[in-house]
Amino acid sequence: MKHSLFSLLITAFLFAVSGCSGNSAPTPAAGPAVSEDSGGSAKGDFGPPVGAPINAVLTSPPMVPPPTGRSQPARVIVNLEVRELEKEISEGVKYTFWTFGGTVPGSFIRIRQGDTVEFHLNNHPDSKMPHNIDLHAVTGPGGGASSSFSAPGHSSQFTFKALNAGLYVYHCATAPVGMHVANGMYGLILVEPPEGLPKVDREYYVMQGDFYTVGRYREKGVQPFDMQKAIDENPTYVLFNGSESALLGDNALKVNVGETVRLFVGNGGPNLVSSFHVIGEIFDRVYTEGGSRYQENVQTTLVPAGGSTIVEFRSEVPGTGVIVDHSIFRAFNKGALGMIKYEGADNLAVYSGKEVDSIYLGDKAASAAPVAAAAAATASGTLTLEQQVKAGEALFAGTCSTCHQANGLGIANVFPPLAKSDYLNADHNHAIEVVLNGLSGPITVNGAAYNSVMPPMSQLNDDEVAMILTYSLNSWGNEGGRISAADVAKVRSSTPRPQGAAH
Amino acid sequence: MRLPALGFVLMNAAGLVGGVFASDSHVRLPGGEFKSALKYEDTQGKVLVAPFELMRTPVTNAQFLDFVRKNQSWQRGKVVPVFAEARYLSHWSSPLKLGANAKPQQPVVNVSWFAASAYCEAAHARLPTWREWEYSAAADGSRRDARGDPAWREQILGWYAKPSNAPLALVGQTPANVYGVQDLHGLVWEWTEDYASMLVSADNRAQGEQDRLKFCGAGAIAMDDRENYAVLMRVAMLSAMEAANITSNLGFRCAKSRL
Repeated sequence: MKHSLFSLLITAFLFAVSGCSGNSAPTPAAGPAVSEDSGGSAKGDFGPPVGAPINAVLTSPPMVPPPTGRSQPARVIVNLEVRELEKEISEGVKYTFWTFGGTVPGSFIRIRQGDTVEFHLNNHPDSKMPHNIDLHAVTGPGGGASSSFSAPGHSSQFTFKALNAGLYVYHCATAPVGMHVANGMYGLILVEPPEGLPKVDREYYVMQGDFYTVGRYREKGVQPFDMQKAIDENPTYVLFNGSESALLGDNALKVNVGETVRLFVGNGGPNLVSSFHVIGEIFDRVYTEGGSRYQENVQTTLVPAGGSTIVEFRSEVPGTGVIVDHSIFRAFNKGALGMIKYEGADNLAVYSGKEVDSIYLGDKAASAAPVAAAAAATASGTLTLEQQVKAGEALFAGTCSTCHQANGLGIANVFPPLAKSDYLNADHNHAIEVVLNGLSGPITVNGAAYNSVMPPMSQLNDDEVAMILTYSLNSWGNEGGRISAADVAKVRSSTPRPQGAAH
Repeated sequence: MRLPALGFVLMNAAGLVGGVFASDSHVRLPGGEFKSALKYEDTQGKVLVAPFELMRTPVTNAQFLDFVRKNQSWQRGKVVPVFAEARYLSHWSSPLKLGANAKPQQPVVNVSWFAASAYCEAAHARLPTWREWEYSAAADGSRRDARGDPAWREQILGWYAKPSNAPLALVGQTPANVYGVQDLHGLVWEWTEDYASMLVSADNRAQGEQDRLKFCGAGAIAMDDRENYAVLMRVAMLSAMEAANITSNLGFRCAKSRL
């Protein structure tokens, strides 16, 4: 503390000096102005373990072991079993996962800085492959990899002292490393700082990974690993906790309104970096990259492959928060979705829910007036051609101009022109048909061939179709003419109309 | 074509009565210059494989039972512990009985390198060297070297990806390769004579010198073909073993030099 106080004084002094040379006195920045260096591994050895050895509590995702609650370094025994298991990666899709502890991600390990960890890696006799473990929490060659190399049906033991606090990834490092990781061989180990982490109401364990199957996304059956897709970094699935449904439905993380939440988030990779985000939530604190300092008020945080982050927030209103990789196609097309269910009473002052659902026309709002006028005139039988054209112009701008363009010229080779159009002028009833029923396939307009699809404009009523067509016939050098709502009604009743609206 | 096949069956049934293999249980491989997936520093991966003979299929439970009957010191319970760990032949119902979990024509597994070597020696043969094994296993049904074919690799990786929790198939079920050898892929891992001299580092990642296979004898060797995961994984598997170790999916076959 003395050290930091001294730093503060120096900072203040510097501010004072610069203040003298300037015209206005600077305002010191808010927040923690001085960061205290914890000393890292050089200060992480708190001496030999005290007391009897402790068996580490390991948990399967999304659960997290309780805080160690210790004030002295201990000897902690970790027994982790490697299993090769066929499990469901998506509904009806099986995949052979290689796991630490039978789950993807592997069991969560929680220790305290300064602890001496006696690590046992047990490779199940049913395994086909040898495996090992590289814990990023280990200071030493390979993170323990070569000391833990175990053939099927064999165990290895090694011991390390956890010198740095933080949230660390562990993973298998047996050749080919990429394949072992791609098959799910990763997890998290939390090394608590000596004082522990601030108390929260809920802690959960979420870890992202990318998966590479021979079959397409959601192709049913047993799906083998696709080495080429992995090398190309083109995953079939991007998942939280190893399965599309791991955090959905009944498996959603549960939080009561008003509770504080801490997520231990990891990214096993093997390839992708995660843009970690919870829809409808702002992280109050993010311990970037799983380190000791936090950033506040964060929407989305990057989690590197082989890295982690700790996010904390308080749930304020009931509902569902959606966990996503905000590299968003991964969320909606590759499975990177999870849910947090917040249960409790509404807090309408914070979030109202939907208050108003009304039509919004944007810049079309002003131009809707002629349509209303024309509709009224139609009803009273006083509709003039001028009124009809004006209303048609407004409707055309909203519905038709996207393709046929405001000037009626269309787009060469794609959308046919309505301006000086032989096709439009040839047959008024056919024109009505096209608007009502849509048109697809080859046609010739003004000597040019077109072959596109116009959807049926099912959202337009007879009046509106008549307005649009009358406007078109009396614009852009067309031959004129007038179509009534009755004309449209006649055609509508005489042709079968496909289901479905255009917009 | 019938006659050799019949001879094979007869000889197989006769087993190792004389301690000598029937020639029909072996095939002759011509050898020659071969590009190993391992990078031998002195030869840049090119190795010369002398002509040799290799068993068509891995050694079976029946064959190994015959061996331990004749060689008491290799029976379960009698073997010297430094030559085989406690689970040696643990899938047999008793030291001299196969039982329900070990069909006669399944490949023998749960055997140590020492035991496998002793078996081959008793048959006036030896374990194949890694080079011989790799050379044989590079072939498929029509090509001597199919290793560049992604489909071939994918097929091998497919077997690697399945856990070993189902009973092993009988030997001789997979199609013969171009030399007439079967089961080199898709059935069991196999011991090689010099497995201990080509140890891949247990932590096979690009970390300068650590990327090397462990140094031994003539020169350091490393993986030359990093895309050839099929070979890499077999090397990784073997290098996880000590000579007294066993696993439930590691067997062997014997080879002979051709004079």
